[in-house]
Amino acid sequence: MNEILAKSHFSEKVVKLVVKSPAIAKARKPGHFVIVRCVDNGERIPLTIADSDPVEGVITLVVQDVGASTHMICGLEPGDCLTDVVGPLGRATKIDKVGTVVCCGGGVGVAPLLPIIKAMKEAGNRVVSVLAARNKDLIILQDEVARWSDEVVIMTDDGSAGKKGLVTNGVEDVILREQVDEVVTIGPAIMMKFVALLTKKYNVPTICSLNTIMVDGTGMCGACRVTVDGRMRFVCVDGPEFDAHKVDFDEMLMRMRAYNQK
Amino acid sequence: MTMNEKDIASRDAAWRVELRNEMSAKERSLIPRVKMPMLDAAYRVSCNDEVNQGLSEEQAVTEATRCLDCPDPQCVTGCPVGINIPGFIKNIQRKAFGDAATVFMSTSSLPAVCGRVCPQEKQCESRCIYNKMRKPAVAIGYLERFAADTRRMAGIKLEVEKAEPKGVKVAVAGSGPAGLSFAGDMAKRGYEVTVFEALHEIGGVLKYGIPEFRLPNEVVDAELDSLRELGVEFCKDTVIGKTLSYDDLLNQGFRGLFVASGAGLPKFMGIPGENLIGVMSSNEYLTRINLMGAGRGGMTPVAQGRRVAVVGGGNTAMDSVRTARRMGAERAMIIYRRSEAEMPARAEEIEHAKQEGVEFLTLCNPIEYKGDEQGHVTSILLQRMELGEPGPDGRRSPVPVEGAVEQIDVDEVIVSVGVSPNPLIPNSIEGLDVTRRGTIEVNDNLQSSLPMVFAGGDIVRGGATVILAMGDGRRAAESMDKYLSATL
Repeated sequence: MNEILAKSHFSEKVVKLVVKSPAIAKARKPGHFVIVRCVDNGERIPLTIADSDPVEGVITLVVQDVGASTHMICGLEPGDCLTDVVGPLGRATKIDKVGTVVCCGGGVGVAPLLPIIKAMKEAGNRVVSVLAARNKDLIILQDEVARWSDEVVIMTDDGSAGKKGLVTNGVEDVILREQVDEVVTIGPAIMMKFVALLTKKYNVPTICSLNTIMVDGTGMCGACRVTVDGRMRFVCVDGPEFDAHKVDFDEMLMRMRAYNQK
Repeated sequence: MTMNEKDIASRDAAWRVELRNEMSAKERSLIPRVKMPMLDAAYRVSCNDEVNQGLSEEQAVTEATRCLDCPDPQCVTGCPVGINIPGFIKNIQRKAFGDAATVFMSTSSLPAVCGRVCPQEKQCESRCIYNKMRKPAVAIGYLERFAADTRRMAGIKLEVEKAEPKGVKVAVAGSGPAGLSFAGDMAKRGYEVTVFEALHEIGGVLKYGIPEFRLPNEVVDAELDSLRELGVEFCKDTVIGKTLSYDDLLNQGFRGLFVASGAGLPKFMGIPGENLIGVMSSNEYLTRINLMGAGRGGMTPVAQGRRVAVVGGGNTAMDSVRTARRMGAERAMIIYRRSEAEMPARAEEIEHAKQEGVEFLTLCNPIEYKGDEQGHVTSILLQRMELGEPGPDGRRSPVPVEGAVEQIDVDEVIVSVGVSPNPLIPNSIEGLDVTRRGTIEVNDNLQSSLPMVFAGGDIVRGGATVILAMGDGRRAAESMDKYLSATL
């Protein structure tokens, strides 16, 4: 169960795992996530599904080493098994033909963005993907994104690849030059906050995918609660995707620091 | 029923008549009610050991002797699963402990659990004839626990009657009390039962919710083993409606589904500051500690406050506040908007909490939480309340005392004001009728709008007790068996 069949590194801290999980591979849709545990007594870690192959019965997870649990997961090798993989959880992305869609991803957020890019393209949209990272080495999945995008814009903080600047600069350039009908943004909360502020200015409908703290991930504990449009919503069952213009990102950023001192 | 079972359960069995004639009712009624041996409060807040230590054999036999073995026992009518109470009690009196367990195993799949967590004072014990005599009821719960524990610890095999295998597969969504009792009953009826659980542990609320100081995990695990012996299969990490759809279940040959997915999303009060760091639901707090082992060797973190306020007056609130004491809180407080008399928690839990140094701030309602610049909760604004007229539920409803607001310092708040039904299954099975509250709509036989789908426990009731959930499991098993027998 949950055997790791293949592993590769995007960078020192970002790992791609291909995991045997036939039921999830069959059931998952873009936007879904899984909860993973890698050891008895381990934490339940939410991870978005980057890809799946229902025929082979495998799912692809992209994991960034940011703490004790993700460090352990990144240390697993082919042949090892994850203790638990449960999903697919959350609501699937609403995919419609709307015209031109800008998909912007930061850091490992590009991994869950990839299946959405693919689905948006297959639905007949023009897809412009904007990928951003601190430097060239941290840009992931560029080729895969390019395969399903009409155009790919790379933004780096230091200019080591693509254009120098923030993801918002890249998105704004596209909005200024052509009609954009929808923006999808996945990445660090602070990035999504600024993308939302930008697209609100231009009145472009924007979907974000939130990665809050979770415990069970199945609609029980309420750790993942966020305020959307003044209402309490739960990322695990109401999300993970929400109207980015209505999310209280400041509160979410505060809540994500809950266990920082540890 | 076999002769053997009849012998051990029947009021007319020769041994039982003899026991009745041994002593007059007057003499029996002079025996004082047994006191449950328990751990010292100062010791128990330092660990997670079970508070109630269980009766000794001598205590149990004496308590069983108190039972008058009424010809028309009202205690049975007070039990949501209709356990043959005098039947098992008299077996305890004659020291046939295995037989005692066999008697209630025919009606209850989880006796060691019921004996610990049922509100007996509101059910069986409230109907005991002794109440009419102005004497304390027979300690039915303690005796149930005694027989179940004795059976388990002595390793006595139960002779449970099991029907011929029918070769019919049925699925259960959720491994809490409703799902387990359904699974046990269906297995006894000859069905092939698979219980699917979303979490990584089997047991539902018995594992993630109720703390070990009230219900040790080994007790739950033993009950699960009994179900496995009956042939019940368990499948963890599987969310029905997500990992496997209803159609997947049909394709895999399942002919019926019992949805027992339990309580879900925690309720909050909608007051300012409720999303500050350190404010969390009792579900989150208890799940982190009980299921994930936070603060006890697990990798999952949990805030360990020094001044912890728990908002609510139910059993979950008591579980949370007593857990907080065990996690090192110097000040652990219950904040409840009515008076103690209206608290829904069991009297025993309130009593135990007080012994453990929990403070009760009754007739107080939080109206706002305040935090520091990092967003950590630092204090609560409490509105003083007084009791007004009785509301529709008969409880006097609390009304604010104008101007009476005080502020108390806290560093952790646990909100325990109820839950809504888990939305996962209602949202993901097409054609399943759901009420406005989000519970699954069922008829008197617990059958949903989809004839093959039955439901029970909190997903139907919204929020109830372990025993009511178990009662639903039994009823649903009976209904589904009838339905399947008629249609297959």
